[in-house]
Amino acid sequence: MIRVEFLGPIQKNALELNITNLSELAEILQADESLHEWLTNSAVAVNDTLVSSLEGALKDGDKISLLPPVCGG
Amino acid sequence: MLSLYDGALDVPVILKDWYEAEATSNYGAYIPFVGTVRSEDGIDGLSFDIYEPILNSWFASWQKKAEQKGAVIKMAHSRGDVLLHESSYIAAVFSPKRRVALEFIDEFVEDFKASAPIWKYDLKDGKRIYALKRSTAIKGSGILAK
Repeated sequence: MIRVEFLGPIQKNALELNITNLSELAEILQADESLHEWLTNSAVAVNDTLVSSLEGALKDGDKISLLPPVCGG
Repeated sequence: MLSLYDGALDVPVILKDWYEAEATSNYGAYIPFVGTVRSEDGIDGLSFDIYEPILNSWFASWQKKAEQKGAVIKMAHSRGDVLLHESSYIAAVFSPKRRVALEFIDEFVEDFKASAPIWKYDLKDGKRIYALKRSTAIKGSGILAK
């Protein structure tokens, strides 16, 4: 299982998904209309490391986080 | 050193603690930046969410950069609500000479604004409203979009 967490202002509960890569995740999340804008402006982390492409395999127990635009200070 | 607090920062205490911690470290410069909540657009204050695992690794990368310049970086930030004229953010650099500290604090705060996983909300009329327009998408955002 892969856990997907939506951080900060994205009002959505975490998901547990049976997926093997980020392209599959993209397809699933794109089908959720409430996430359309968040997908365009959110960064993605796998196991708390930011990633810059959808390449690479996921393994059981991985955690994916979606990080919307930030503004500390 | 990264410290997170619930609510507003006690600025005089934090600045004093940091000063005293490095008083005999032989740094010639101590340059702090303090961020304070201003009254604008009718807000009652700001509120913050923080994602600590990535904040910690982001900060650790800046600590390494500081070490390479013989400097030390310290940062404090609030979680939750911070009201008008209270402070939510302090960053400070200690370095042997002032030029390094002045340049480093500028680079650090710019990257903090663009990359640190902290989300800001306006407190207004009893609501907590995400400050999307003042926020910056982290580098590499959008890879999951069509």
